[in-house]
Amino acid sequence: MGNITLKKVNKTFGATTVIPGIDLTIEDGEFVVFVGPSGCGKSTLLRLIAGLEDTSSGTIEIDGRDVTAEAPARRGLAMVFQSYALYPHMTVRNNIAFPLKMAKLDKGVIDKKVEDAARILNLTSYLDRRPGQLSGGQRQRVAIGRAIVREPSAFLFDEPLSNLDAALRGTMRLEISELHHQLKTTMIYVTHDQVEAMTMADKIVVLNAGNIEQVGSPLDLYNKPDNLFVAGFIGSPRMNFASGEVAKPYNCHTIGIRPEHLALSKTSGTWRGVVGVAEHLGADTFLHVNVEGIGQVTARAGGDFIVNHGDEIYLTPEEGRIHRFDEKGLAIR
Amino acid sequence: MATQNTKTLARAMLAPSVLLLLIWMIVPLAMTLWFSFQNYNLLNPANVSFAGFFNYQYFYTDPAFFASIWNTLLLVGGVLLITVVGGVAIALLLDQPIFGQGIVRILVISPFFVMPPVAALVWKNMIMHPGYGVLADINRFFGFQPVDWFGQYPLFSIIIIVAWQWLPFSTLILLTALQSLDGEQKEAAEMDGANFVNRFIYLTLPHLARAITVVILIQTIFLLGVYAEILVTTNGGPGNASTNLTFLIYRTARLSYDVGGGAAGGIIAVVLANIVAIFLMRAVGKNLDR
Amino acid sequence: MARAASTKQKVGFTIVAWIVALLLFFPILYTIITSVKTEPEAIAGFNLIPSGTFENYVTVQTQRDYFKPFMNSVILSVGSTILALIIAIPAAWSMAFSPTRRTKDILMWMLSTKMMPAVAVLVPIYLLFRDFGLLDTRLGLTAMLTLINLPIVVWMLYTYFREIPGEILEAARMDGASLWNEIVYVLTPMAIPGIASTLLLNVILAWNEAFWTIQLTTTNAAPLTAFIASFSSPQGLFWAKLSAASTLAIAPILILGWFSQKQLVRGLTFGAVK
Repeated sequence: MGNITLKKVNKTFGATTVIPGIDLTIEDGEFVVFVGPSGCGKSTLLRLIAGLEDTSSGTIEIDGRDVTAEAPARRGLAMVFQSYALYPHMTVRNNIAFPLKMAKLDKGVIDKKVEDAARILNLTSYLDRRPGQLSGGQRQRVAIGRAIVREPSAFLFDEPLSNLDAALRGTMRLEISELHHQLKTTMIYVTHDQVEAMTMADKIVVLNAGNIEQVGSPLDLYNKPDNLFVAGFIGSPRMNFASGEVAKPYNCHTIGIRPEHLALSKTSGTWRGVVGVAEHLGADTFLHVNVEGIGQVTARAGGDFIVNHGDEIYLTPEEGRIHRFDEKGLAIR
Repeated sequence: MATQNTKTLARAMLAPSVLLLLIWMIVPLAMTLWFSFQNYNLLNPANVSFAGFFNYQYFYTDPAFFASIWNTLLLVGGVLLITVVGGVAIALLLDQPIFGQGIVRILVISPFFVMPPVAALVWKNMIMHPGYGVLADINRFFGFQPVDWFGQYPLFSIIIIVAWQWLPFSTLILLTALQSLDGEQKEAAEMDGANFVNRFIYLTLPHLARAITVVILIQTIFLLGVYAEILVTTNGGPGNASTNLTFLIYRTARLSYDVGGGAAGGIIAVVLANIVAIFLMRAVGKNLDR
Repeated sequence: MARAASTKQKVGFTIVAWIVALLLFFPILYTIITSVKTEPEAIAGFNLIPSGTFENYVTVQTQRDYFKPFMNSVILSVGSTILALIIAIPAAWSMAFSPTRRTKDILMWMLSTKMMPAVAVLVPIYLLFRDFGLLDTRLGLTAMLTLINLPIVVWMLYTYFREIPGEILEAARMDGASLWNEIVYVLTPMAIPGIASTLLLNVILAWNEAFWTIQLTTTNAAPLTAFIASFSSPQGLFWAKLSAASTLAIAPILILGWFSQKQLVRGLTFGAVK
């Protein structure tokens, strides 16, 4: 039902090429996340799929049908905007009912669908309020409700959680994931937050300057990044990189090791360094160590590991967890 | 809404406005230019001939002309001075916590909505009238002779009337700008040890600079064309004492029926307006770029 | 003030503010008071307490036929505003929703046409009106007022249209709305407040226009501006009546003006002050 295929999709704005050429397949029912830094083209890609922007070249197919030239409404997709884009002059009920009204459905049918959606999203008591009277989280749900009633082949989310505070973000993340399990519809989700990507996605598409750096499941990207960009983007705190002399013994140009894969010792280890700032999060402590010959290295320690600023410390990378990259930044496996 | 066929539609929707304004700009101005080189008086309409620069020369040699330019500058300058200084002062006052803010604001902005003929008549007959005006009553109360405002200080009287009308505009603009001054900035300045006067000079005034610039620019455009107030009170007199360029051209064209002269005056008015605009832009334009 | 001002300060400011406000409002106030005095009362000297007679308002209509110029003012200001809106709404629309590289320039140029001194074209306009039989006609004057206020109307509508978030229109498109549906169900309801504000400001500007309305009219189409201006020769005996006429002339706009402060700032500062 919600199978989407992009073939050589290219988008230029005037003289600037935002997306050089993308090939991508999204299977029915998948939760796909487009993630990448600001300006990498992820929102543009989403809008191309939605039909809000025209492709400069290339084709977009939904369930085998070429929709490249079709208007957004005809593609059978629904979008949740970053700013929710609710109709301020309509009640919640009418907001959710709007797409059904445009589809000229029967009033009775519309009422039922609106009530069903409101129930799923806990909006029943807000149906007669205006968006201006709702909180951020409630508005979010109305936007999602408006999308649900369309029973689309796929949901498109454009950074929906960016405007919420941290606590609410955590809750909504769970709600959206839960929704996906319930509805089993394809969902394409755009975010710059790699935590959202890792926790919600079946498949992550990492984008950089309009190009796909890697496509894979969260754990694939975590364990087997194809290049320096993906390795440094996925995982928090960031993977440590070192080139030059340090990388020689490993037969490559650059090595990478995640903070959580460094064993710490006060007495011996592969690398010697001096502890700088220690960030105590309670369950974990992240140490920023100045290692001779490498520079700043971040290492994760258990919350009970006691070190002070200026202490000497030894780091040993876990065997099998060292990532190797060549001069082009590509992974060597 | 950014696809091909909406572009043509968009242009079609824009066309009437652009076309109308274009015609409005070009045709009458071109005609004025043409007439300015003609010898054409409505009292003698058959006798039209090419006059070269005669009309312009006539203005140049007419003492009334320079008087009117001078009066125009005085009028604009005087009103600007009163409205900017007064506007800042009243805006600062209204920015303070006061009881009945809403009503005070309404009272203060009211003069702007009074049509010029009414404003002029009210000031002429009720306030400045040497016989039964309020100011005359006040003067008599203190044992002074009432002042014949329009006789003794015609231009000044008109400046007062026009300033009264525009003070609300400037106050409103400056008050709006004042209220957009970040409260946190004021607090930071206070913590840095700045007292009220310092805060005014280093924080408020620079912030207001842009708004003051806008007020000056917009008001100047309108003040160059003051007309009804003069018509209704002094008719430009005594002599030419309260005649500005607009009134002079009106007199030439409509009262003397001198089409050629009126046209030449019109061109001069355009030139003057542009000179003032350029001068103003250079002097205060940098404030607008920020 | 970083912290709440003391009550003493507040009272102090209040007194000063009210004095200033009343001084500024005084001419208007006194006109209203005088309009309900008898003629002898009106010239008897400064007196804030009128006898409260409405005879002037009656006389103004029966003797001077106040109704005609009043209707002319209404027709001219409302008519020119509606005409301006009809021309300006599509223009502002296209500039707000389909902007091009030239859009800003076109807007600036439009505003600059407002800066041309009216006297500069007094001669040709007067002659054109005369030759085409438009002098002293409501039609001619309506057209004139439409033209001179068109730039401001376009500008104001443009700023209001720009404030409609594009994403809401996109949402409507994704919800299956055709262009017509988008306009009817989403765009227009959101644009109505802006259109109303523009209408308000333009009615005020057109009602108070005191150059062309005086130059191009004599009796038939003369609105209140010309009507009042015709009483400029001193005839002191009928000052109470003139006060009544003046009060009637300014009352509608005064009230409208009280509600249009925000619109005034937006419309006449061309967006330079927020």
